[in-house]
Amino acid sequence: MADGPYPGHTVQTSDFWSQLFVFVLASFIGLGVIRRVSRLLHTPLMSITNAISAIAVVGSIIVTGADYPTPIRILGAIALFASMTNIVSGFLITDRMLKMFKTGPTPGANVPAKRDGHP
Amino acid sequence: MISGLVPLAYIIATALFVFALHWMNAPATARRGVYAGVAGMVIAILATWAEPVVVHHLWIVLAIAGGFAVGIPLSRVPLTAVPQRTALSHAFGGLAAGLVGTAKYYLWLSEGPENLTAFRMVAIIVEIILGFLTFTGSLMAAGKLQEVKWVPQRPVTYPLQNVSNIALLLVAAAAGIALTIHPTASWAPQVFPAIIVIALLFGVLLIIPIGGADMPTVIAILNAYAGLSAVAMGFVLDNKLLITAGALDGSSGLILAIIMCKAMNRSFANVLFGAFGQVQQLKAGGEAKAYKSETIEGGAQVLEQASSVVIIPGYGMAVAQAQHKVRELYDQLKKRGIGVKFAIHPVAGRMPGHMNVLLAEADIPYTDLVEMDEINPDMPQTDVALVVGANDVVNPAARTDKSSPIFGMPIIDADKARTVFAIKRSKNPGFAGIDNELYFSDKTWMLFGDARNVIGELVKQLSGGSGMH
Repeated sequence: MADGPYPGHTVQTSDFWSQLFVFVLASFIGLGVIRRVSRLLHTPLMSITNAISAIAVVGSIIVTGADYPTPIRILGAIALFASMTNIVSGFLITDRMLKMFKTGPTPGANVPAKRDGHP
Repeated sequence: MISGLVPLAYIIATALFVFALHWMNAPATARRGVYAGVAGMVIAILATWAEPVVVHHLWIVLAIAGGFAVGIPLSRVPLTAVPQRTALSHAFGGLAAGLVGTAKYYLWLSEGPENLTAFRMVAIIVEIILGFLTFTGSLMAAGKLQEVKWVPQRPVTYPLQNVSNIALLLVAAAAGIALTIHPTASWAPQVFPAIIVIALLFGVLLIIPIGGADMPTVIAILNAYAGLSAVAMGFVLDNKLLITAGALDGSSGLILAIIMCKAMNRSFANVLFGAFGQVQQLKAGGEAKAYKSETIEGGAQVLEQASSVVIIPGYGMAVAQAQHKVRELYDQLKKRGIGVKFAIHPVAGRMPGHMNVLLAEADIPYTDLVEMDEINPDMPQTDVALVVGANDVVNPAARTDKSSPIFGMPIIDADKARTVFAIKRSKNPGFAGIDNELYFSDKTWMLFGDARNVIGELVKQLSGGSGMH
């Protein structure tokens, strides 16, 4: 990989078409997968997609950690903080909500969801 | 060596995210989805952090620690506050995108203007406009949901509102186009912040005309914006992981928004620009109608003799925190062998799926939570429909009254049940100020009071009746 004059941005000619390609395909996958999500789980769905889209964190890590001017890195650090908050609270609250969804007749049986039951 | 592994890590993370969403298709596998999501996130973060470009680590550690410090308490809010929390997290997502876009622009402006290609500039402009308008818009939505004092709860409307909003957006777009053509002009560093200010202002103006009942749709739309701003960030940074994850988030927001709009028989444009509050005083006359109210004892008796009961929860149940009392009522009725189901309207509450989460919190099995389309055919055979803090979603005017603002909206057919009990805080009309025909029907009895108290009293009556006699 050829190194450009600016660290982390070796690609000078941004590959517009392949990016658009990825975007369109990912949108189709997203529409297909999310259409099948149980309506019961729309609130947890929103919090988990929120946590996942906080993958913006990878951009913030570069901006915060690279050898850039300080003002730029401050912006990056704030963005990193905001994304990280979304990741932590998003996954935790999704799991907290999903734990509450139980089947079966459990009158009285208030077992705090211990059994995870996945392979 | 390490940087060669980064693309591989990103591909694995992408796959894990798709699986995470795939497993959300059933409650039984959904928690697995969370673990997949966390795994993908950890892999992506570690791979990025290990990149040779990253040379300063202290700030990263501090920002991550800060994220945990704020994120953990935010994940423990009461479930009634989940809509606010969700809006707040959209705000954070928008903010992150906006800031990274800003940082990148100024970085390239000072250190590598040749990077500011037309395509990158368009992506940066889209990223900052979407990011910052999502930021303030979501903050406003969160403020409305939290009922913060200085945020107006009622829709705020003024003449030429839509025209001036669109004009504002056009100004931002024009400035963006100018910047795209001359990204390094001498005026560019001043025009860029102007676009940010307009986007911030636009976010506020977009939300103030929107009322509480439209919140589920608006939250879904803001979700889509937050996703799209992440996509734009991916285009700016040439990062396909960001593009993919943003697209997943964006399509989720889009699908939820479409479901919400269908459930209200309205279009996107109508929700965003329609200002629901305006259509209030359509008919003020004809106050001759009277409610029939019922006592707790009477209500309990009717419930006891029913063989099937459908409970229809609405935002009022969340406000009164009545879900646990509802669960006690559910237990009392089940103990008597009475069939109890919950009828869930897609827009009941303040965000998609709100009622399901509240009822699940109260330990009600999700198999008894039934969607509107599935329960409606059973309504005519239902003995008692118990409306708990719902209003517009059971208003028969949606079927019959062409002049009603909710005409055409699919509703739960509470009025077709043999008897209807409606728990209502006061005799005032609901949010939209629309009279509800259901309350004046021959078979409807009103139970006035706070939902939690009324249901608590019903439970007391039912348990006393079986225990003492």
